[in-house]
Amino acid sequence: MKKKTETYSLRRDAWRRLLRNPTAIGGLVLLGLMIVACVAGPWVSPYTFEEMDLLSANTGPSSTHWFGTDELGRDLLTRTLVGGRISFAVALAATLVSLVIGVTYGGISGFMGGRVDAWMMRIVDVLYALPFTLLVILLITVFERNLILLFVAIGAVEWLTMARIVRGQVMGLRHQEFIEACQVLGYSRARILFRHILPNILGTVIIYVTLTIPSVMLLEAFLSFLGLGVQPPMSSWGSLIKDGVGAMEDFPWQMSFPGAALFVTLLALNFLGDGLRDALDPRREGES
Amino acid sequence: MTQLSVKNLHVRFPLREGSLQAVKDVSFSLKKGGSLGIVGESGSGKSVCVSTLLGLVPVPPATISGSAHFQGVDLYNCSDAALREIRGKRISMIFQDPMTSLNPHMRVVDQIAEPLRIHEGMSRKNARLRAVKAMEMVGIPDAASRAKSWPHEFSGGMRQRVMIAMAMISEPELLIADEPTTALDVTVQRQILELIHELQQNTGMSLIMISHDLAVVASVCEQIAVMQHGVMVEQGKTDEVFQNPRHPYTRGLLKCNPTLHEPGTRLTTLEEVLGEL
Repeated sequence: MKKKTETYSLRRDAWRRLLRNPTAIGGLVLLGLMIVACVAGPWVSPYTFEEMDLLSANTGPSSTHWFGTDELGRDLLTRTLVGGRISFAVALAATLVSLVIGVTYGGISGFMGGRVDAWMMRIVDVLYALPFTLLVILLITVFERNLILLFVAIGAVEWLTMARIVRGQVMGLRHQEFIEACQVLGYSRARILFRHILPNILGTVIIYVTLTIPSVMLLEAFLSFLGLGVQPPMSSWGSLIKDGVGAMEDFPWQMSFPGAALFVTLLALNFLGDGLRDALDPRREGES
Repeated sequence: MTQLSVKNLHVRFPLREGSLQAVKDVSFSLKKGGSLGIVGESGSGKSVCVSTLLGLVPVPPATISGSAHFQGVDLYNCSDAALREIRGKRISMIFQDPMTSLNPHMRVVDQIAEPLRIHEGMSRKNARLRAVKAMEMVGIPDAASRAKSWPHEFSGGMRQRVMIAMAMISEPELLIADEPTTALDVTVQRQILELIHELQQNTGMSLIMISHDLAVVASVCEQIAVMQHGVMVEQGKTDEVFQNPRHPYTRGLLKCNPTLHEPGTRLTTLEEVLGEL
């Protein structure tokens, strides 16, 4: 009995269900490989991301340059891997911000209801209404341009939608009988919100996170395009794809390799997200 | 000794135009270890009446006047913290629909154990052991192995037993049961009523049972109160009310109870009975 009681938290249970889902595990493994490659690859590579070799500019994939080179003769594989670091970092930061701030804010707003809710949501509306590009330009003119600022800017907009979604879900759950039962049993508000309501909306939250990550990666590409994000010679998937699109007719590999990297990552994330949603719902036990 | 006394309770909900008086001048009291059944049609205010006791009726928008004292504590004018100390520890409540009153994302044993963890600061392990004992107490077969189940793996009757275990685990002095058997079929209803009755006898707690079914209340409660349109029209010992109902509405309710003695006769509706008056 003693041993048994240790082993049934929701987390461990979800993990067990996840392991039984081959698609999700495939996604997890693929994602892990991508991250490892992006983090470790540039160290192993004989080239650096900024090393130019104009004599071998625009060469196709070969045994010396697996992904070919760009117009300045830089090794595309190395640039893709270095760019992946930026894209993953942005995705991670935005996800964390939208999870921590968005879920907490939306949760409190939906749970408290009434005047508190109205005020909290008006603040979100105001932030929504601020033009994003202007906000970033403002931030960058006031402070110096750096990567942290990019994260802050993206994080600042990404939590808003999450807050709205979570608020809606929480409002739906708040008047369910099991939440009333919690009140009657004398649980504190924080406990009801974090232990009873939030686990019930995890599925929605995870789906939304898997949607957030691609949009954040694209947002980063957009900012880099405007010259507000990553600056050359630094690379990111977004900026590589943008450069590649320009040369697509003559040197298609310059777009297709970074594009493939982004595609594989997003696919892996979606598989993993779907699997996580199913794994975190105990009612799906036994379904395949 | 009086444990709970409610005096001159009025509850009013604002509507788009005007307001609705859900409860009008209701007073009742309950002695320690006593049991009170509140009957009435749906919409008669019986649920609202007891919901106010545990702060389940949000003020505002509703307005509550009157007083409710539980062992000297003024339930309508105490702090949130004081109310939390009472809720779940000294007064517990079980709800009508066992299908929706359990958290689908928490194993039953943890839900039953949670009040102990909060109110008594018990460790997870000890609370779970107590929870399994509570499951045995409410008649869940094979409690030790079923403890790990999720709520959706239980039938309605079993879930109501889980709810009862949850409400009973911190040994409350008063249990409020709001239509505890309405969502259950007749055989399960019988078992649950017997269980509540038995627990009450064994623990000496007091009980308030709400139902629209006179038979349900009669089988468990010593005292009975009848509500109509927010007013408590009759109150007294169960036997006396049944044998000698004073208010016409009570007589009407009694008359509507179908019997098996006269087959072939039409069932009486409340409108018919009240229309005659």
